[in-house]
Amino acid sequence: MIELDHIVKEYQGRRVVDDFSLTVPEGAFCVLLGTSGCGKSTTLRMINRLVPFDAGAIRIDGADVREVAPEILRRRIGYAIQSTGLFPHWTIEDNIGTVPRLLDWPRNRIRDRITELLQLFRLAPETYRQKYPHQLSGGEQQRVGVARALAADPDLLLMDEPFAAVDPVTRDALQAEMARIHQATGKTIVFVTHDIAEALRLATVIAVMDRGRLAQWGTPLEILESPANDFVAGFVGGEASGVQLLALRTVAERLRAGEGAEGEPLSADATLRDALAAMMARHTDRLPVVDGHGQPLGAITLADLIR
Amino acid sequence: MNWTRRVASPVLWVAVLFFVLMLGMPQTAPLFEHAFPQVAPPVFDRDSFFALWLSHAGMVLVASGAASLVGIGLAIFVTRPAGDDFRGLVGTLATIGQTFPPAAVLALAVPALGFGPRPTIVALFIYGLLPVIENAIAGLDGVPAAVRDAARGMGLSAWQILRDVDLPLAAPLILAGVRVSVTIAIGTATIGSTVGALTLGTPIFDGLAADKVPFVLQGAVLVALFAILTDMLFGRLENWLRPPGLARAA
Repeated sequence: MIELDHIVKEYQGRRVVDDFSLTVPEGAFCVLLGTSGCGKSTTLRMINRLVPFDAGAIRIDGADVREVAPEILRRRIGYAIQSTGLFPHWTIEDNIGTVPRLLDWPRNRIRDRITELLQLFRLAPETYRQKYPHQLSGGEQQRVGVARALAADPDLLLMDEPFAAVDPVTRDALQAEMARIHQATGKTIVFVTHDIAEALRLATVIAVMDRGRLAQWGTPLEILESPANDFVAGFVGGEASGVQLLALRTVAERLRAGEGAEGEPLSADATLRDALAAMMARHTDRLPVVDGHGQPLGAITLADLIR
Repeated sequence: MNWTRRVASPVLWVAVLFFVLMLGMPQTAPLFEHAFPQVAPPVFDRDSFFALWLSHAGMVLVASGAASLVGIGLAIFVTRPAGDDFRGLVGTLATIGQTFPPAAVLALAVPALGFGPRPTIVALFIYGLLPVIENAIAGLDGVPAAVRDAARGMGLSAWQILRDVDLPLAAPLILAGVRVSVTIAIGTATIGSTVGALTLGTPIFDGLAADKVPFVLQGAVLVALFAILTDMLFGRLENWLRPPGLARAA
């Protein structure tokens, strides 16, 4: 659990983070969402003390981050950034092994951990170990960047717009991997982005920031359905936010149990967006729904989507 | 082992030419006698060329070694947060050192240090600082901000960032600065002969004073070959020291 307690940060008399409080529960995927310059990156970088704060306190599992030396603190927290920051003169293997080496892990354990991480990110270990960063594509470099952040198995992972600089197709794949890894590892993640779609896709909780303050805090659904103010409403897309909502709700929630329909069935855990896409593709307003084992559950109609 | 590549290497041939000429200069006497019949003796013989070279190279080694250590040290200092305030000052001092003519430094240093190699070493040191400092600062500044940010964020200490990130990534530019500094020093060291230091410039100045053109030629050719050879060896060293992950310059 991470607690940010009335944090203030000033640059030349201007408050970039203004009395900001936030509690991130254990295992949460917390997205700090906001426009450029709203203080979200600064906030993230205060957690591992890359940026000093002027007032307030930050606690990780109850312990004040200022109690230990910054280097010791940072070795316990994963850190991944937009431009990866891979060491260009080190091999992929050496890059990923950075923090375990700083922590004096035995060689064998480091080697095994690197293999494990390369496999987790679907990079064939024997092909990639000895390569240098410039020999990798942007998406592969970003995977290595995240693998390096996870290397010493930290409980907390800080990510600063890690996927902002890759192409949309690669970003989509990386987001899917990130969601998978969060589910598999149960780590607490604090993730900064300005991309609302990315936030909705990955977050379990979203903190919307506006001019250094917390504009709203809630689940993706809460942020979309009941924005706290005009800023949040505008940010999540105004009337278009309904379209975003489709991606967050599942067919199961709008199911007409027991009713039937013709055609290729939808899975109950598909999103409403999938349902809409399927209806448009097949020129129909009604589709059958089945459970995970293919047993029929009922039907869903176009009208159910916008209910 | 690729022996054809070694034999075809220009470095090897320049080195052979330089050492053969330096050690065999007395044997060229008939040639110079034929070309300049009125000059006697035809080849500079107050000292052996080898002794001149040893003294010359020794002064360059001491002066450039010190200029490199001090220059790199200053560059590291002013690129750390603690030294940021001194950056302008160091740059200005280095520029003054470079614009101040070495001959003037010699003239000023002789009363304090006497005749001989010492004033020459001081002049070469001051003159050689600027290229080292400028290149080292450029190299250290050129380390990508994201790489340093990631290094800090992962918990490398300031010293580890310097040793493992900054210096290896800046090494090619730092070495380029040392290379320029040393090459300039080899040429400039010749003026040390005007204050009694033994250098390959000694035959040049003796020849100019006594109107003996062969002496000037002998000294000038050896200085030029020495400078070219050193520069080539630095080129080799740069390729060898370049971090493997960085693209090789063509």
